[in-house]
Amino acid sequence: MKENKKDNTESEIPYLITVQNLNAFYSDFQALKNINLNIKPFTVMAFIGPSGCGKSTLIRIFNRMNDYIDGFRIEGNVIISGEDIYSKTVHTENLRKQVGMVFQKPNPFPKSIFDNVAYGLKIQGIKDKKFIEERVEKSLKQVVLWDEVKDNLKKNAYGLSGGQQQRLCIARTLAVEPSIVLMDEPTSALDPISTAKIEDLIFELKNKYTIVIVTHNMQQAARISDQTAFFYLGEMIEVGKTQQIFTNPKQKRTENYISGHFG
Amino acid sequence: MIKTQERIIEKLLLISALFTILTTVLIIIVLSYEAVIFFSDVSIIDFFTDTQWTPLFDEKHFGILPLLTGTLMTTLVAMSIALPVGLSIAIYLNEYSNKRFRAIVKPALELLAAVPTVIYGFFALVIVTPFLQMFIPNLAGFSSLSAGIVMGIMIIPYVSSLSEDALFAVPKSLREAAYGMGSTRFQTVFKVTLPAASSGVIVAVILAISRAIGETMIVAIAAGQQPRLTLNPLVPIETITAYIVQVSLGDVPHNSLEYRTIFAAGITLFVFTFILNNISFWLRKKYREKYD
Ligand SMILES: Nc1ncnc2c1ncn2[C@@H]1O[C@H](COP(=O)(O)OP(=O)(O)O)[C@@H](O)[C@H]1O
Ligand SMILES: [Mg+2]
Repeated sequence: MKENKKDNTESEIPYLITVQNLNAFYSDFQALKNINLNIKPFTVMAFIGPSGCGKSTLIRIFNRMNDYIDGFRIEGNVIISGEDIYSKTVHTENLRKQVGMVFQKPNPFPKSIFDNVAYGLKIQGIKDKKFIEERVEKSLKQVVLWDEVKDNLKKNAYGLSGGQQQRLCIARTLAVEPSIVLMDEPTSALDPISTAKIEDLIFELKNKYTIVIVTHNMQQAARISDQTAFFYLGEMIEVGKTQQIFTNPKQKRTENYISGHFG
Repeated sequence: MIKTQERIIEKLLLISALFTILTTVLIIIVLSYEAVIFFSDVSIIDFFTDTQWTPLFDEKHFGILPLLTGTLMTTLVAMSIALPVGLSIAIYLNEYSNKRFRAIVKPALELLAAVPTVIYGFFALVIVTPFLQMFIPNLAGFSSLSAGIVMGIMIIPYVSSLSEDALFAVPKSLREAAYGMGSTRFQTVFKVTLPAASSGVIVAVILAISRAIGETMIVAIAAGQQPRLTLNPLVPIETITAYIVQVSLGDVPHNSLEYRTIFAAGITLFVFTFILNNISFWLRKKYREKYD
């Protein structure tokens, strides 16, 4: 992670994620067009825009989740912690330990609550039982799930409610202590109360993590994010402080979207 | 007009369904009837404890154990081939291979199940046994080893195709979760996908076992016709099915005690496969509910 400084003068800038001239393609179809974007550490960046504009494509580039799609390719650079994550020397397994992901639908493993949270540590070869137990407890406390499940850690995670499952998935991600947490519409399958809990949680988490969140819900973006980027048909139309985007957008298309004129 | 047509079709379907049920019931009745007569002559305790099966000899013994161990041995050998190979194929096709490879290999595999079993039997006898004898000199001309190996090859598609369905049914979101946590492909398969598909894989294995127990032609040709209580895979044995064939085709007078042995053997076989099929049915129902 250190040696990759070469011709990269910008590595001094305290951005955690830097996207330069990024184009992304599914075979012939171009899903992202010339994206340039910087994300500072310990902030919440929200991606908004109408369905199909490329938000998921971009967020999944940050942990190379698109690698599994036949015909997907990118041009340009994506630099995380000073390293080009698409360079040949990067192992996706290591990248994903640093860049965790929470998905749209809660997807716990069909294992016990404990084993779900311990999963990431176990696949890293960590055997120390006490360490794992402490980390599981800490992670479950971080997502405010500990009190609800502490007596049922051996029970299957599928017995939890949707909102609890999603918090469990966040705990599972946090347990390996990533520096970045990606969330692709994490509350779109949840009820309002569970949604509110997760929003509170995101607000807490940004003290320790950098969060990139895709959301369909503009109030949500306005409530929880520091920066907002608006996408439209594969282009990033505008990015800036959330308050500025929502109160005083520079682009007409952003304004239209936010005021509900389309999308 | 259309109404009456529909009603006729409905009735026809009903009749064919009833016909199937009736056939099954009749088979069970005949089996049980003949078995009851058989067990009025032969003690059921002897049947399950006597270690010899010599109904066709002068000194008659009616112990089913030799036929059971024969069946068990061929099945065991077959499964020790079919399970690892079939499961590996299923995992490879589902998790590693590309679509084109899969499109070629899947039908090719299913061809294995389409080969007439009599051909497998000969294959065991004239190719596998002589080949194995080069390494195992004391392997007999007929053995549970050769028959079991070839039967295992025949059963591979049963294991692989049902296991593959089970792996395929694991939601994509679970794989994404595993990869998203930084799992390697291997970890994803063995720590997440396969455990999630385990009940389906167990169903595949049980059905394959059931198929192996019931397989007749291969063992009749290649395993021998010598009922003997042994766990040695190198010597000739006889399975339940092979015995039934032997007597059915032989000149044993109908209505004799000797002839009725095949019903006793048959009902033993039936009970076994019936239990196995029910377990798999129950498991399948259970795991189908899991993701709903
Ligand atoms: N696997 C795929 N193959 C082909 N096209 C895709 C694939 N995934 C997404 N797309 C296309 O890429 C565009 C962006 O999709 P996506 O990033 O999922 O949008 P969003 O998350 O903003 O709704 C859409 O037009 C979509 O149809
Ligand atoms: Mg999306």
